[in-house]
Amino acid sequence: MVGETMSATLQHIDIAAIREDFPILSQQVHGKTFVYLDSGASAQKPRQVIDAMSYVMEAQYANVHRGLHYMSEKTSDAYEVVRDKVAAFINAGSRDEIVFTRNATESINLVAYTYGRTVLKPGDAVAVSQMEHHANLVPWQMLRDAHGTELRIIKITDSGEIDFNSMEEVFADGKVKLLAITQMSNVLGSYTPVERLAKFAHERGAKILLDGSQAIVHRKVDVQAIDADFYVFSGHKLYGPTGIGVLYAKAELLEAMPPFLGGGDMIASVSYEKSTWAKPPHRFEAGTPAIIETIGLGAAIDYVQGIGFEAIAAHEQVLTEHALATLDNIEGLRIIGRAQDRGGVISFVMKDVHAHDIATLLDRQGIAVRAGQHCAEPLMGRLGVTSTARASFGVYTLPEEIDALAAGLQRIRKIFA
Amino acid sequence: MNTSLYQNAVVERSRHPRFAGHPAVFDLHGRGANPLCGDAVDVFVTREGMHVAHESHGCAIMTASADLMAGAVAGKSPEEIAALRRSFETTVKTGRENPELGELNALAGVSEFASRIRCATLPWSALAEALDHG
Repeated sequence: MVGETMSATLQHIDIAAIREDFPILSQQVHGKTFVYLDSGASAQKPRQVIDAMSYVMEAQYANVHRGLHYMSEKTSDAYEVVRDKVAAFINAGSRDEIVFTRNATESINLVAYTYGRTVLKPGDAVAVSQMEHHANLVPWQMLRDAHGTELRIIKITDSGEIDFNSMEEVFADGKVKLLAITQMSNVLGSYTPVERLAKFAHERGAKILLDGSQAIVHRKVDVQAIDADFYVFSGHKLYGPTGIGVLYAKAELLEAMPPFLGGGDMIASVSYEKSTWAKPPHRFEAGTPAIIETIGLGAAIDYVQGIGFEAIAAHEQVLTEHALATLDNIEGLRIIGRAQDRGGVISFVMKDVHAHDIATLLDRQGIAVRAGQHCAEPLMGRLGVTSTARASFGVYTLPEEIDALAAGLQRIRKIFA
Repeated sequence: MNTSLYQNAVVERSRHPRFAGHPAVFDLHGRGANPLCGDAVDVFVTREGMHVAHESHGCAIMTASADLMAGAVAGKSPEEIAALRRSFETTVKTGRENPELGELNALAGVSEFASRIRCATLPWSALAEALDHG
């Protein structure tokens, strides 16, 4: 059963070679082969990223944007090159549309705090979907409470897709000025139709912010083709380090936004009385940035592009189809979310077995999955479950690891039979 | 696989708890909730005879712990329960079984699962809340 899908995979992607790039994957956990099925929470890191970060610290490090000395200039160059890489990676119109943040969460908070409190007016509405991560819900609740904007929730269908009838209702009175929505659910694995969503929002006078945290790992993103106004993602899910994230925003939007945090690097001039702001993107990057992590992100982008999204997508499709078929064969297991367009993030529940017991018992077999509410507590209520177990895949995931998961789940079923 | 924690007593008591339910009449109520996972347990205490019932919405470890607790504290005084709780918490943290804990020793294996110790102690927090504040 696996043989055929495996060979289909291997035509596109040399997984064995890829796995050798990830030192952690050769470890054992509890004396068992380590099976890492939690890449949706955070991906493992390839040697190329680890080496790039070590190299900075060993050979080419100083603060950026301030030194007139050799090391600072070299480091500034290495840091700023990543801005070009990110811009090319998501096809931004300009490098100045790329703001470095800590993570996707900070990127969304930045937009809520600056764009939200100036361009959005009290009485305007922000719309989010029922399947947002807390990171794309809580900042808009905080904006509502601080600024008097309204927060509206777009329904999803039972299969885990955006309900466009609900979209029509939410946008009907023309008050929605920002649609903030995920490109891929971290719980259901559903992709959202981002081009259609952008067109829908723009036709109704709203901007669109896309949370690309999950999707950026799996699909080639072209922010100009999508016509995204804002696009956010984190480095650590993209095989890069923690502590570095990206906010893309169209130049004219960034130009009109006030700073988020104040301090060094984000100013044009400062006196004791007042300051003026640097141009974007530096206006939004106060203080010494995550220099080492940013350079690590650059290495991660090189790594992913070296494999290529065509191969990544083909591999993921094989894995996902294999996983859905395999898990569906387990008695008492129910997969949550059945979107047509979906990727390698699969949530499930098992009859009479709590998700945390599943995760603990799998862990004892060396298999890492996530269990709980996945930072999407309201979605759990919408789905009628208290928690789920979730397996999520990366470029290094093998079909055999999904078989190991299935075998582990069968053993758990016997314990609770 | 090492499933020592999920031995029969724990699985059995989670699947078929003996003290589950929401009594119509009770004296004290306490609630324990873990916001990280969404699990919650309500305990209902009848002072006379220290009868404890629980409503558990959570994993096998939490549910079994609540049920074993209800059995272990029956007829005991609040002071005796406080001492038992301390002994129990020591056992689930160290893995060392303690003769005075009786059936509660079934949960000693939780010590191997650092992230799950809270599941075992949550019902005891709920009971302490009930006894302290009613």
